[in-house]
Amino acid sequence: MDDIVVQVLIMLVQVVVLVLAISTGFAYLTLFERRLLARMQNRVGPNRAGPGGFLQPAADAVKLFFKEDVIPTLVDRGVYLLAPALAVIPALLIWAVIPFGCLNIAGDYQACFADPATNPNLHNIFQLADIDIGVLYLLAITSIGVYGITLAGWASNSKYAMLGGIRASAQLISYELALSSAVLAAVMMAGTLSTHEVIYQQMTMWFVIPQLLGFVLFLISGTAELVRAPFDLVEAEQELTSGYNAEYGSMKFALFFMSEYIKMIAISAIAVTLYLGGWNAPGLELLGSLMTGMAGPLVGSIAVGLASFLVFLVKVVLILFLFVWMRASWPRVRYDKLMYMGWKWLLPLALLNVAMTAVFVVVLPDALIHSVALFVASLVVMAVAYVVSSRVKPAPSRSRIKMVQPEVPRRPSS
Amino acid sequence: MLINYPFIAVFFIASVIFPFIPLIMGYLVAPKRPTEGKKSTYECGLEAIGDIWVQFRVQYYLYAIAFVVFDVEVVFLYPWAVSFGQIGVFALIAMSIFLLILVASLIYDWRKGALEWI
Repeated sequence: MDDIVVQVLIMLVQVVVLVLAISTGFAYLTLFERRLLARMQNRVGPNRAGPGGFLQPAADAVKLFFKEDVIPTLVDRGVYLLAPALAVIPALLIWAVIPFGCLNIAGDYQACFADPATNPNLHNIFQLADIDIGVLYLLAITSIGVYGITLAGWASNSKYAMLGGIRASAQLISYELALSSAVLAAVMMAGTLSTHEVIYQQMTMWFVIPQLLGFVLFLISGTAELVRAPFDLVEAEQELTSGYNAEYGSMKFALFFMSEYIKMIAISAIAVTLYLGGWNAPGLELLGSLMTGMAGPLVGSIAVGLASFLVFLVKVVLILFLFVWMRASWPRVRYDKLMYMGWKWLLPLALLNVAMTAVFVVVLPDALIHSVALFVASLVVMAVAYVVSSRVKPAPSRSRIKMVQPEVPRRPSS
Repeated sequence: MLINYPFIAVFFIASVIFPFIPLIMGYLVAPKRPTEGKKSTYECGLEAIGDIWVQFRVQYYLYAIAFVVFDVEVVFLYPWAVSFGQIGVFALIAMSIFLLILVASLIYDWRKGALEWI
């Protein structure tokens, strides 16, 4: 009986800590992005609140709490109030199956590195739930994220919000195909849907090497799935005045903002788990055996847990850096080009990647040989795609508004 | 592992409760001084004219229909992806037929112009 009580307590503590950690991560991601973006644009960024702007997120939160809560007259009240919550819930739920470290509370660090098939009961407190269909769960939850945005646009009863919402749903479903096909190839390499086992399969080689093409496709379609620059047409300020959240203010707006950034961390974490070896790094097992030899099994297990969490954090921050870098570097794409890219480039390439992976894995059973072959094939495919895409004439704009080329006055010859 | 599903259930409850905490707190502490101007729909300072529930481009529907087809097919591929290593060449041939149908339907959509943004 006591055992069950302890289990439930551990579960509750884990859940509360995870939710708090995610919201703290969100708060500091906003600061990270603003500081980094500022540096890239030769500015300083927020640095007044606390040392180095460290308290800026808290100041923002306080400001947003005390903003007036305006509900426009024409909105569909129930859906309008529910939509921000609907955006945040899936963003949080993604985190249930992501392993962000490996700390075995039984004090056996080797269980983290052992084959999950022979060692099914790993008590890893750095992963909330290791379910057998983890990757499928991730895809399912990321795809219901579209409801919050679409319903917000629909319920606002404002033309800008409506356009933003429709654009969002079309964009998200288009890129979800490319995303799930890219993930499919990684699943084929791993031969499992459990997130912990995916990491175990990457102990010898990270999947970013054989699945280089898949990784690039995942990052591109992941950015589109997050509606971030250069694919942020949903909230194009110049044409839609921030799109689906135009009618939202105060805490309701903050929740949309929060869902976007939590999803950003989550997509980075998924990329790390599927392609970059998750929490594992070379030397982690050695650290475990050293610490166990010096101070006993429990300390060894805790050391491995903390070190693996640190490794995971570093990898996630690197991908987040990439997202911010992309935002600072590229202008927004045109909407028809966005759709063409999703359907005519990313989806066929992802299907080609799946076919390539299947053939190589079956024909060349040795893991090292087919990994190298896939790496080379990925490079070739990307080079060909680059050459072809730079040769294809850009699709003409079909807008009914004709662009008039102004006549350039000739410079008077002296 | 089945033992893990209660964790997801508890986490689901926690994440459903979580967004309502700031919403309710914000509702309690925020000032409320609504005026007609504040409560009107935003349309760049102009009076909002007309309804928003109007016809919009058929392309959105076409993309949605194509998405349903392809997404279901991709989901069908997942069980195969987990087990194709053990089944070997037979699974490869069976799935390549399935993938060919998928590609054929993509090409059909493409040629018919369902993927064009007009």
